[in-house]
Amino acid sequence: MEALIAKLKNEIIEVLNLTEMTPESIDENEPLFVEGLGLDSIDALELIVLLERNYGLKLATAEEGKTVLKSVRSMAEFIRKNNKG
Amino acid sequence: MKEVYIISDNIVSSLGFSTPENIKRMQSGETGIRQWEDQSLSPVPFWASRVDDIRLHKCFSAHADPKDFSRFEQMVVCSVKEALSHTSIDVSDEKTLFILSTTKGNIDLLNKADTNSKAGSPVYLWQTASKLQHYLNLANTPMVVSNACISGLMAIIVGSRLIRTGKYEKVIVTGADLVSEFVLSGFNSFLSLSNGPCRPFDKNRQGLSLGEGAGTVILTSDLHVIRAHKIRVGYGFSSNDANHISGPSRTGEGLYLAIRKTLEKNKSRVDYISAHGTATPFNDEMESVAITRSCLQDIPVNSYKGYWGHTLGAAGVIESIAGAHSLISNQLIRTMGFSEPGTTHPLAIIDTNRKAALNSCLKIASGFGGCNAALLLYK
Amino acid sequence: MMEEKYIISDYCIIRNNRIVLNGEVVYTGNESSPGEFFSAAYRYFTISYAKFFKMDNLCKLGFLASELLLRGKNINDVYPGDEVGILLSNAGSSIDTDRNHQKSISKRDEYFPSPSVFVYTLANIVIGEICIRHKLFGESFFLIEKEFDAKRSYEQVKQWLDEQIVRCCITGWVEIDNDRYEAVLYFIQKTSVLQEGIAIFDAEKLTDIYLLGK
Repeated sequence: MEALIAKLKNEIIEVLNLTEMTPESIDENEPLFVEGLGLDSIDALELIVLLERNYGLKLATAEEGKTVLKSVRSMAEFIRKNNKG
Repeated sequence: MKEVYIISDNIVSSLGFSTPENIKRMQSGETGIRQWEDQSLSPVPFWASRVDDIRLHKCFSAHADPKDFSRFEQMVVCSVKEALSHTSIDVSDEKTLFILSTTKGNIDLLNKADTNSKAGSPVYLWQTASKLQHYLNLANTPMVVSNACISGLMAIIVGSRLIRTGKYEKVIVTGADLVSEFVLSGFNSFLSLSNGPCRPFDKNRQGLSLGEGAGTVILTSDLHVIRAHKIRVGYGFSSNDANHISGPSRTGEGLYLAIRKTLEKNKSRVDYISAHGTATPFNDEMESVAITRSCLQDIPVNSYKGYWGHTLGAAGVIESIAGAHSLISNQLIRTMGFSEPGTTHPLAIIDTNRKAALNSCLKIASGFGGCNAALLLYK
Repeated sequence: MMEEKYIISDYCIIRNNRIVLNGEVVYTGNESSPGEFFSAAYRYFTISYAKFFKMDNLCKLGFLASELLLRGKNINDVYPGDEVGILLSNAGSSIDTDRNHQKSISKRDEYFPSPSVFVYTLANIVIGEICIRHKLFGESFFLIEKEFDAKRSYEQVKQWLDEQIVRCCITGWVEIDNDRYEAVLYFIQKTSVLQEGIAIFDAEKLTDIYLLGK
């Protein structure tokens, strides 16, 4: 799980162009949206693409996205749950 | 101050190749949005409003060889030519300007084009405009307004302002865009396409339906060529939300400002609003906020996107034409796709075709990049 | 009271790995790609705006040019945000990013269109980014033309100022196409006191400035 979380952090930094961040500066339990990292709607959509492209997992609605994309940990758990990581 | 009139107009769309045909089919409750399965445009079926290829071919063949013009260019030419056929004005002189409004032009050619060619590629919008200029025998370099979904409305605002300064006597404004793989895939990645015909302002709306077409208005202040039904182009303004590049402002800031400036300058009441109404959850909500902040929540309002889909760079022109024709016929057209109110601030959504004494129409539009525009049309 | 004149109070040119502000070279880079050059300039001027790295190259270019153009002007203190106009133009629209988006959809078995790429496939997003950064709500639009048309820009901005549609304006050319890029931005204001050496706003002066170092 920890390896998956570390991998995800790197992938998130890359796809969201968080150029000035390091994996160490992302807390996997912190919210990704609103507070915490303060990502926006385009970032959310980009993370949905990330899950599909890198892990073959399709999120169809914004509602499903809200739960899965809550934090790096919830993303990792979703991937694990679907046996993809 | 000079009055600017619309002396002729045309709509080329899924609902026909002339304005009367389009209006008639809309009034009879027909929508141009249907489901398509077309692998060249999308790996999955999609809902969209598309111009009939056979009719386009036939229409354009009367003007020139379809082999020499792209699909986008054919739509523009058919629209301009038909609009011009109802007037006797000479457009080859220095006092005529052609304004082309489009978001992506010949984008369907991008995957085949050599965009590094020194001679220019038809994918460059200035190149397309230049070709159209020469074909239509126009003296001045066309102006190309490319400003997301408000392009069409901006083009009419800019054109009418140029007539008021006296710089030009006649302005042809054409807005056009295609349903393309490029744009479909993009909106798909935004999860903002509706699975079914779009439902503007409706409680159960889930997104937009893309559309394509061309709309043309011919503007002038020359009283000698004014037709029987005079529709004037009043003042209009644009404004930016300064909030987010794709999400509309929660407070409808930019649209509210554009409406406010438009109402202050025109000093006219508003009898009817032609909204942008794309049927995305956020856009329609934002418009309800801006309209309410402008104290226009009791004014009859509709969206035409349920008939033509969202025609992007053409929308502002096509929908202004529809608004103008509502004024001429004193007829409000219902919001296709709407059945139950679905915005936080209630609006007077037109839900049946009905007669009304109409003197003025406020046309509004919003687009990516936080842009918004408003314009008053009146008898 | 003296008649108000329109002046080009500031200009910023970004071209050939150099940034020139009001006639002075303020930055020279030696990066091989436009993107690297823009990022290096961003860091050199210690601009603190994380969103910069999400932008495509066209927006980075326009953002940098406007950032330097407006630096130290405290524009929000001088003008209400809705009275600042922006008129920009270029030849390629968003062609650079268009190609990126096209690439992402060209193979059906590797079909992953990216929302953060697609959102930049409109040239007017540059205007949006400038407005967000500087809290500007005024009149604006984007024009496509084969080359910078100083006369057309001049006429449009002049009308805006004459009719008080705006009180000041950012205007100019922002273009990137493969590795070729250039930005020439002007800040147009009204003044009733004509200082020595200040450039009057007209088409010839716009052209003169545009050609500096080209």
